[in-house]
Amino acid sequence: MSILIDKNTQVICQGFTGQQGTFHSEQAIAYGTQLVGGVTPGKGGQSHLDRPVFNTVHEAVAATGANASMIYVPAAFAADAILEAADAGIEVIACITEGIPILDMLKTHAALRHSTSRLIGPNCPGVITPGACKIGIMPGNIHAAGQVGIVSRSGTLTYEAVHQTTQAGVGQSTCVGIGGDPIHGMSFIDCLELFEQDPQTQGIVLVGEIGGDAEEQAAEYIHAHVNKPVVAYIAGVTAPPGKRMGHAGAIISGGKGTAEDKFAALQKAGVNTVRSPAHIGAAIAEML
Amino acid sequence: MNLHEFQAKRLFTGYQIPVPYGIVAKTAQQACQAAEEIGGERWIIKAQAHTGGRGKVGGVILAQSLDEVDAAAERMLNARLVTRQTGAAGLPVNHILVEQPSEIVRELYLSLLVDRSSRKILIMASSAGGMSIEETAAATPEKITTTQVDPAAGLQPYQCRLIGFALELDNNQRKQLQKILFSLVDLMQSEDAGLIEINPLIITNAGDLMALDAKINIDGNALYRHKDLVAMRDIDQEDKREAQAAEHDLNYISLDGNIGCMVNGAGLAMATMDLVKLHGGTPANFLDVGGGATAERVAEAFKLILSDDKVQAVLVNIFGGIVRCNLIAEGIIDAVKEVGIKIPVVVRLEGTNAEQGLQMLDASGLRLTTASALTEAAEKVVAATGVAA
Repeated sequence: MSILIDKNTQVICQGFTGQQGTFHSEQAIAYGTQLVGGVTPGKGGQSHLDRPVFNTVHEAVAATGANASMIYVPAAFAADAILEAADAGIEVIACITEGIPILDMLKTHAALRHSTSRLIGPNCPGVITPGACKIGIMPGNIHAAGQVGIVSRSGTLTYEAVHQTTQAGVGQSTCVGIGGDPIHGMSFIDCLELFEQDPQTQGIVLVGEIGGDAEEQAAEYIHAHVNKPVVAYIAGVTAPPGKRMGHAGAIISGGKGTAEDKFAALQKAGVNTVRSPAHIGAAIAEML
Repeated sequence: MNLHEFQAKRLFTGYQIPVPYGIVAKTAQQACQAAEEIGGERWIIKAQAHTGGRGKVGGVILAQSLDEVDAAAERMLNARLVTRQTGAAGLPVNHILVEQPSEIVRELYLSLLVDRSSRKILIMASSAGGMSIEETAAATPEKITTTQVDPAAGLQPYQCRLIGFALELDNNQRKQLQKILFSLVDLMQSEDAGLIEINPLIITNAGDLMALDAKINIDGNALYRHKDLVAMRDIDQEDKREAQAAEHDLNYISLDGNIGCMVNGAGLAMATMDLVKLHGGTPANFLDVGGGATAERVAEAFKLILSDDKVQAVLVNIFGGIVRCNLIAEGIIDAVKEVGIKIPVVVRLEGTNAEQGLQMLDASGLRLTTASALTEAAEKVVAATGVAA
């Protein structure tokens, strides 16, 4: 078992024939992902990477039975691509695109409220179930199938956690990068809920960062609902207030969203917090 | 992207939100002409810089003669404005706003922002105008009223009434408030504003509402669809190195420490700064070189880090995933040769082909210290600055 995606997941790529879409589709296929086709409006009927290209997501779903999509379209068209995927009934939508206007995401989020689709991202590395299915830009080879569920707002920092858990011999069940934007799809809590129910997942790593109160909310949820061991790390202790630290969502504003507040909330909830990003893997391995 | 007050007020005027009559000037002479055109015998002179707290440091003054207008304009345009928000270096003042003075009966506060928790536009109002909303929230939270705009239904009149009654406005003022609020929501959505703040929103002695100040932040990600707003960008108000970094698609923020950091990925970049601090050092900057980490980008990143003369050592921390570490090592070697670095550089590479990359760095003959583990890298760079770890 795993969460969200497994070896049977049928994936399409939106923005399939573009440079990013092509490169990461090749990587996904090489990893063993069942990539069944892609969508580029106007190029329907063509073949790309030995797979069919469709004009619309609806066509792709009808022809292939796809139930997941990875989106690599430019920021100006990404909200539209997310809503198209949802309307076509795609269950898991991973939007990798960075730089989507916040008001587009606000409307998109509202439109998805009554949808059964799950949106991962945007501005995220994607989601991977090691050895089974890779939807995103993460390097597949650092992963190992195993027991730890990883959920993170960051890309390369997730790779650190993945690498360390692989080195520690515990591996990962599924890794979800929920994205660095202030408004995004799946939350920490959504992922925690799935990890708690998943029999393969024996422990959870949560990687947060400054900005917003998602980590504080996650802490409350963990306290009330999560029985599996959780290790948390928060980046940005040294970040100055009022400055956006790379990610659109990583900003301390009005004195709120500091790393210290988040560490404190997680500790209060009984989470094992680590102050060094180098200690994530060892900490969770010890608890399993 | 922040707008100047005069730019924000121009937008307000376009959306029928009342502001004082004013003219922007770039010289003292223009300021005097503006005062004459506005007429009367008293004028408000406001320094235009991307900072709050201008009034407390002489950035907003009342001039009672044309001589005083001239003197104030000369003084403001020839000095950097230092407020509690700018840091010691302050900001340049290249524009001043000359305005008709208003008779103030009450000062209120009004702001709109995209609230990430509720995923809605949040309207905040308070009867304590002139104070920052953070101060009011700490001292007298009961004075703050908030309401959220549903993305589907939009702003409703009851929400305007809710705020209007909370602010103890009369019937006529509540009607004006409703018009202003609907205009502000329209402005926010049409212009892709992430934040609009009116502090203070005043009640004049005629009993009318008016925006005495205006602060607007435009979502940088949406600028591609607002050519007119792009033209309002004032590079002089931005940190030089940060603007230079942005030109090369690098994300850079300068800090006060002495250890330069070069990292791929924003989260890992923050984590690296924290790690330096955890081992007794202080980071000089945040720098995300992005996923590519090519020789060219690494070279630009080195130049940027070294342009800060506080930097005594550099920590390069790259997690090579899809871009293999041997290619990144090549990039680092080329960049170090090109830039000619004289201070200690510690390189930590991890990920795909990390060992090969580290061997290349060791064999390069350059003064590079390598590390494969995070902790080891942090200890080495802190030691290089002479501080015991």
